[in-house]
Amino acid sequence: MSRDYMLQKVRTALGRAPGEAIPPPPEPLLRLVERDSKDRVELFQRNLEALNGHVYRAADRDAARERVAEIMNGASAVASNSPVLRNCGIASLPGVETGFGDRDALRAACARTAFGITSAECALAETGTLVMFSNAAEARLISLLPPAHIAVIPASLILNGLDDLFSRFPRPADQTSAMVFITGPSRTADIEQILVRGVHGPGELHAVIIEDVT
Amino acid sequence: MSELISITEGFKETIGNKNLQLAIYKATGRLIDKRKHAVTEDVLPGYQDLRQHAHNLKRHTLDHLDYYLEQVEKNVEAHGGKVVFCKDGAEVSDFILNLAKERAARLIVKSKSMTTEEIHLNERLEHHQLEAVETDLGEYILQLAHQRPYHIVAPALHMTRYDVAEIFTKNLGVENETVPEKQTQIARAVLREKFLEADIGITGANFVVADSGAVVVVENEGNGRLSSSAPKIHIAIAGIEKLIPRAQDLAVFLPLLGRSATGQPLTVYTSFLSGPRREGEIDGPEEFYLILLDNGRTGLLADKDKRESLFCIRCGACLNHCPVYRKIGGHNYPWVYSGPIGAIITPQFHGVTQDPWLPFASSLCGACAEVCPVKIDIPRLLLELRSEVIQAKTSAGKNRTELTAFRVFAWVMRHPRLFEAFGLLGSIMAPSGEADGWVRTLPFWMRVGPLKKWVAERDLPPPAPESLRKLWRKRKPASKDK
Repeated sequence: MSRDYMLQKVRTALGRAPGEAIPPPPEPLLRLVERDSKDRVELFQRNLEALNGHVYRAADRDAARERVAEIMNGASAVASNSPVLRNCGIASLPGVETGFGDRDALRAACARTAFGITSAECALAETGTLVMFSNAAEARLISLLPPAHIAVIPASLILNGLDDLFSRFPRPADQTSAMVFITGPSRTADIEQILVRGVHGPGELHAVIIEDVT
Repeated sequence: MSELISITEGFKETIGNKNLQLAIYKATGRLIDKRKHAVTEDVLPGYQDLRQHAHNLKRHTLDHLDYYLEQVEKNVEAHGGKVVFCKDGAEVSDFILNLAKERAARLIVKSKSMTTEEIHLNERLEHHQLEAVETDLGEYILQLAHQRPYHIVAPALHMTRYDVAEIFTKNLGVENETVPEKQTQIARAVLREKFLEADIGITGANFVVADSGAVVVVENEGNGRLSSSAPKIHIAIAGIEKLIPRAQDLAVFLPLLGRSATGQPLTVYTSFLSGPRREGEIDGPEEFYLILLDNGRTGLLADKDKRESLFCIRCGACLNHCPVYRKIGGHNYPWVYSGPIGAIITPQFHGVTQDPWLPFASSLCGACAEVCPVKIDIPRLLLELRSEVIQAKTSAGKNRTELTAFRVFAWVMRHPRLFEAFGLLGSIMAPSGEADGWVRTLPFWMRVGPLKKWVAERDLPPPAPESLRKLWRKRKPASKDK
């Protein structure tokens, strides 16, 4: 449409010529801190719990599977194709559907199930955040459509915070078409500033941390 | 001056509505409080450095915007998306209408976007029988009520749960429901159907990342995620000023935005979206379009002194902290952008003569500049715009009375004896105050011409029994030791 017209207008406004070089932008400001793994897990737990998320520590994979079964309490779930869930045996728990490769089938399943179960690419201790990358192992809608989301993550994937994340992944778009940060259950305060959870995304968020898996 | 500060009916209505005043004060007060606790040194060390860095990044990007526009275009296309440059709202709706026609689409879900409010996108689409549904809870309520946002981040700030109940009953045919939890569930159920049926999802973009060809959508409800991932087509609409150079810069901008807007270190959901779904991904849109909108922004860009008006990341903190916004609310501003940021950008988009009172609707207290996460010097920009308004009026010959009044004033001020004589005259003629000391009405012969309007809305303190000059002459000589 107006591509060339607009670029020309911008250049005129700035007094710049087409293809003119630019000075380097200000250096990125990434403030990295040292924190050991135990502290990161604790900080993640504290921050997510402060947002009304539920955090569980599982000593190993079996404990993680049992915890997930307990949270599900007999209800149905859709699990992602993440190897973490498969290795824990969560994908084969009763009531769990998994292995979706087709968009429409996945959507239909997510729209009627009680729980969405995923792992995560990593997590951020400083904000209690799950970092999701969309790929063949993790679909977008599993952590979004069901009323409750369970994320199972090895403790080793908990990073410090945003600065840490962006120093490891300077260009996340090279890895995935969709990186999503989840920081607590879906919420709104649009009516009289009263906090209500579970608007369009899950109103319940559970994070199960597996401590012995690296 | 009188016509600049003339008070419209809308102002009076808002200021006279006690419930509304209370609602605005409570909501903005709560947001002020949340921000205050989120930017202290112990929870966000180096906050001032972050602000300065964000300011520098915005300045650099806008000073070289042509370079970054071309970079983002190249990178979006490398990921299989398409960038569409639109000079105004008509081009945006033309593009969407054409695409909808080609894909036989009829239902659009939208997540909150001030940029689409700015170009009245919904009305434009509805005009062509395309249904565009707002999905942010506050925006959805406003769409049903046919109102525009009252606040940049809290669009339905002025409504009570009873207003919402009435709107839902009238439009959705549901029972009268006044509990916010249940009202939210009603909206969730209606909108869930829309998400799953929609052909196109439209989102705004809080940031457009040049080195990644990505848009960043920040939200709390999940409607931004659903709009961008459930339908087969995702269209993101952003003003050209939304660019930042690198993904790494988000480590600076995201904490500033969340904390300044709602006191959240990060909002519940942050989506970083670069193009359609890729090979192997199970879901996500098949087509991705990034619309980059001018709609007057290049005009602001050309003015080097006021270019920083475009740095705004729409956190709404300046609204919350503004004594004027907190009195007159959002709907008395002439455009979708209200508060101090609205007062500086509206005249630059629409021309200073359209709403000449806007830059004057400020006490220049400076609170807006103090809380702005990207350090926009709003008071300075207000002053520059004031001078532009006056210049425009003077050159149109509309400013004679005021100009004459100030010339007389300046002349009197240069002649001490004359000044004193006028002061004396004033103190003799002025009426004494009411019981509480304030002068509320002046004698009829003083209520004339422009003075009449000026005093109509103002109470004055009675003149002091003795003038400063008199007191000064009467003062005892200071003791010589001091």
